[in-house]
Amino acid sequence: MKVLITGISGALARLVAERLVHRGHTVIGVDRRPWPDAPKGIEIHRSDIRKRPVEDLIRTKNLDAIIHMATVTHLSASREERYRINMHGTRVVFDHAHTYGVKQAIFVGRHTIYGAAPDAPLYRTEAEPPLASSTFPDLADLVAADLFAASALWRYPEITTSVLRVVYTLGPSRRGTLASFLGAKRVPGVLGFDPLFQFMHEYDAADAIILALEKRVPGVFNVAGPQPVPLSVLARSTGRRLVPLLEPLFSSFVGRFGFASLPEGAEGHVKYPIVVDDAAFRKATGFDAAYDEIAVMEAFRWL
Amino acid sequence: MHWPHADPEVAARVERLRIPFNREGYDKYGVSKKDLVFFFSLLKPFYRRYFNVSTAGIQNVPDEGRALVIGNHSGGLPVDAGMVLTALMLEHDPPRLAHGMVEKFVQGWPLVSTLFQRCGQFAGMPENAIRLLEDERLLAVFPEGARGTGKLYKDRYRLVRFGTGFMRLALQSKSPVVPFAFIGGEEAIPVIYHATTLAKLFGTPYFPVTPYLLPLPRPVDCHLRFGPPMHFEGTGTESDEVIQGMVDQVSGRISSLIDEGLNARGLAAGAPA
Repeated sequence: MKVLITGISGALARLVAERLVHRGHTVIGVDRRPWPDAPKGIEIHRSDIRKRPVEDLIRTKNLDAIIHMATVTHLSASREERYRINMHGTRVVFDHAHTYGVKQAIFVGRHTIYGAAPDAPLYRTEAEPPLASSTFPDLADLVAADLFAASALWRYPEITTSVLRVVYTLGPSRRGTLASFLGAKRVPGVLGFDPLFQFMHEYDAADAIILALEKRVPGVFNVAGPQPVPLSVLARSTGRRLVPLLEPLFSSFVGRFGFASLPEGAEGHVKYPIVVDDAAFRKATGFDAAYDEIAVMEAFRWL
Repeated sequence: MHWPHADPEVAARVERLRIPFNREGYDKYGVSKKDLVFFFSLLKPFYRRYFNVSTAGIQNVPDEGRALVIGNHSGGLPVDAGMVLTALMLEHDPPRLAHGMVEKFVQGWPLVSTLFQRCGQFAGMPENAIRLLEDERLLAVFPEGARGTGKLYKDRYRLVRFGTGFMRLALQSKSPVVPFAFIGGEEAIPVIYHATTLAKLFGTPYFPVTPYLLPLPRPVDCHLRFGPPMHFEGTGTESDEVIQGMVDQVSGRISSLIDEGLNARGLAAGAPA
């Protein structure tokens, strides 16, 4: 297959690209950021997805599929910038796919859009409404992008659209939301709370995305690997120290005293769990993660 | 961290649970063997000595697979829930972990909410209940809910309105219902009055006040009596009248079990403790 990957310089996108090439697919990538040591055979274009060169690529390259991974989080972009990239970018990708006859599109999103709340069920299915906008304002743009991407299922029924809500990933790239949270030696917790965290190895996440591509599964899917573990276990097993903070002091301590900084609302994510049910994805694709939770944590351990 | 007190009998029982735990001792819902040992080691002295709980018919609870144990609720604080969980862990053979369906307001409390999660006591939501039943777990449900624990002493051993949600869950998941009666809860914590202002302060539906003010349980002998499993046919989408009829069968059985239990303990129904 001939596949365009948007946001190809991201850690997970690079893995997807390398594995696709290895499996005999042709990969074209777009990103504003460079990928200096990209493997041979991957055609990289330095461009913003909302710009003309990307439309030209989609028009001329006779693509079989687009994997849309060019979404940004609070870790790398301001709020306005995120809205432009996540919302407008997602829109143009699907519009171009429709206009120029690309038959398949995969949106790679995040499981955090479900939001952390005390009254949420143990496991969230795809039928659950995403609540992150209310609990974590900095995720509102990603919630909107996810739902907007899913609207392609009825707006452009000729495109096989998969919306993947992938749990946190950990792996040798040491990048990603959870990796940054665990980046500082002291991990901030909230005293009296120890929520479950759900994550998977980044190799497994890349394989899951490729499986969605090759099996052509339309729909919205949670993508997860092993069972979740409490934050305290995650911190201990990755060689970090969980420091339970009194809740009123939490926001003034993060970003200082050796704690990683967190955006407003992130507190909910260290109090309450976000755990997703991935049964639908496993059933549709036969996906089975190769790394269990202990293997993922041990491989990620700081020495 | 080492818990100050881990009862060897409890630890051996927890080891016998037929629940898939990972190498760190956690199941997929975050239930932890270590915390179960801690929790039931705390409850065991209350069960064995303080409340001197006796049981009858506990083997009516299936050895494995999905089921709902349904009983009367009383006592201002859910002592009955703690004792029925302990009975199933210590007396049932093989031991079973019953997942209680906890009032949602508890989920926001620090420490307590975490301990409850680790011990399989989850927020009472239909999504959670169905998921656990379909995973062949055992659920403990008190359909009187906070109406039941809020009963005053003068209304002891009289059932209040049963919620019907449990019956829809049982039908939808095709789970048997095991009725039980708990005798002693309303005598252990004789609630005579509800303090409204304190309830608002704690965010709870009521705050129980006893003749000695605090809702601390008195050492009253308690009795747990299980009836044979009841099987209902249906889909869970039946009309309220149909469901209510089935619920009435269950509450009727529980009423009889309460009467039998009071007699067995040597007390006429309604007689003062």
